[in-house]
Amino acid sequence: MLTSLKLPSRLGTLAFAVAASLFGMTAQATDITGAGSSFVYPVISKWSAAYAEKTGNHINYQSIGSGGGIAQIKAGTVDFGASDMPLKAEDLAKFGLGQFPDVIGGIVPAFNVSGVAAGSLVLDGPTLADIYLGKITMWNDPAIVKLNPSVHLPSSKIFVVHRSDGSGTTFNFTDYLSKVSTDWKSKVGEGTAVQWPTGIGGKGNEGVSAYIKQIPNSLGYVEYAYAVQNKLGYAKMKNAAGTVVEPTIASFQAAANTADWKNAKDFNLLMTNAPGADAWPITATSWVIMYKTPKNAANTKVAFDFFKYAYEQGQDAARALDYVPLPASLVQQIEAYWSSEYKQ
Amino acid sequence: MSATSAEPIPRDTEHRSRTDARHDLFFRFLLRFCAMLVLAALLGAALSTLWGGREVLFKDGFRFLFSSDWNPVENQFGALAPIVGTLVTSLIALLLAVPVSFGIALFLTEIAPRWMRGPVSAAIELLAAIPSIIYGMWGLFVFVPFMASIEPTLSDTLGNIPVIGALFQGPPLGLGLLTAGIVLAVMILPFISSVMREVFQTVPARLKESSYALGSTTWEVVWDIVLPYTRSAVIGGIFLGLGRALGETMAVTFVLGNSYNLTASLLMPGTSISSSIANEFNEAVGMHRSALIALGFLLFVVTFIVLLIARFMLRQLQRKEGR
Repeated sequence: MLTSLKLPSRLGTLAFAVAASLFGMTAQATDITGAGSSFVYPVISKWSAAYAEKTGNHINYQSIGSGGGIAQIKAGTVDFGASDMPLKAEDLAKFGLGQFPDVIGGIVPAFNVSGVAAGSLVLDGPTLADIYLGKITMWNDPAIVKLNPSVHLPSSKIFVVHRSDGSGTTFNFTDYLSKVSTDWKSKVGEGTAVQWPTGIGGKGNEGVSAYIKQIPNSLGYVEYAYAVQNKLGYAKMKNAAGTVVEPTIASFQAAANTADWKNAKDFNLLMTNAPGADAWPITATSWVIMYKTPKNAANTKVAFDFFKYAYEQGQDAARALDYVPLPASLVQQIEAYWSSEYKQ
Repeated sequence: MSATSAEPIPRDTEHRSRTDARHDLFFRFLLRFCAMLVLAALLGAALSTLWGGREVLFKDGFRFLFSSDWNPVENQFGALAPIVGTLVTSLIALLLAVPVSFGIALFLTEIAPRWMRGPVSAAIELLAAIPSIIYGMWGLFVFVPFMASIEPTLSDTLGNIPVIGALFQGPPLGLGLLTAGIVLAVMILPFISSVMREVFQTVPARLKESSYALGSTTWEVVWDIVLPYTRSAVIGGIFLGLGRALGETMAVTFVLGNSYNLTASLLMPGTSISSSIANEFNEAVGMHRSALIALGFLLFVVTFIVLLIARFMLRQLQRKEGR
């Protein structure tokens, strides 16, 4: 009799405690949701873990792809969207949205040619475009030899690797090729998926990395982090200023610094082929998209606080994942944009 | 006395038979509803993919079906390359998997010693339980390098034979239609062989024993007794495997090479309906999304046609046998 009384009462206390703690948590923490680009997913999840530890607010980010992120924010089902492609000014105005960059990443040409060490190959935009157009088919083509007089290049076919899935990486890469080659612009153009004149498609950065590793004499493009983690041979690039640059965090940041953000309304600017002397030519960012007049004021406030935290204290976390934090000058511009464009 | 006591009994049976009839009716409706639910789901899925893909399907007549142009930038879409890729890889898979499955089933039911049957059939059924992404990873990291190492020999030998030589020419990438077909063959093998094994076991022992008594060899018993007895079930098993091969996505995406350029060679990369959808759906908007949904509808159509051919073949067989 005694035990049977004791047990329910204990359960009762437990249930009460659980209910109280649940109630307590929902009372103080705000859960905000975001969706979109898979490019920023690793860094946003790292930031949000650190941010949750500090403030108790959770950021629930779904990496469903940029297209999906734009659709979700337009439908108003998430607090912020993230896209690898900036929205046009008229699109933003139509839905009352604003956008700003969140983090920078680099895209690097990666290759696998025996006897040619990582970082010893130099390419430039027009050559890269001709290789992807299928006009340059051999590694010892005069155009490549001219850029690499001291490297011994084999007389074998170049196996071109590209992404098979639609991606922001492809969008920035093809945008770069369109800027440096009129032929590419008229024949192929730019987009998250394009009609590739040649080559094989790997699914995701990991698919492209695997193909490059396995196929001798291959050339592809991957996000910087994948080239580093998979120890792929990367190529140096001749940039718009004519200097040969290495893909490093410094050269990505140089591209972000020299890009003409001041004259870009709503940060609608792609950093590819940036003019700076030290700028890496295929540098990319992704954009956070939010309503200018918040649908849910409390959530939006937390979202702004989260991105402020990411810009100011999330820099090491970004670098640890081979992303590049935004330069201070750009962060200032973004914060000015927040106070002028957003009703907080 | 007997009349008064007999009177309530017929009323009771009448009542019972009326409730029974009602229950029967209710049960019949329930069953019919269950069957209709499947039909409605199928029809709903087919119609919604047709509706989602209407912008592309009915643009410029049936250009979508016969064009190999797939250009998301210009919004030009043609499904020929994915359709060809799907059919070719599934056909290779069937050509390889059917004879091997037949051999396995034959061995396990007629030849293998009793102690071996259990473990071997369990191993084959375990093959069916492996998720397709695992086949994809295995294909990409283990099988593709192996194919790349034997492809030069393939194109030097088979590539020189007149007509079929064109099928085996190309760079030794290791990726492509042939590799995808072989990986698919391994994937559908357990389905076909376990169906064959099950139905071979249903052949009455007295039929086989009579045949052996007349002096038949094991091969003659299998070919003339077992196979004709189980023919329709065997064909059913083969088409079960084919259905799986047509719709397989992830494993194919990893080893097919994902290229929309149509070529004659099996060693060149291609694409399939399901892998195109899996690759591009995430980032597709507008017409591009519509084209991918239309591809989904085409997969319905292709599968339906294949099943129709299977039914037709079965009917022809039955007619020949005079059933």
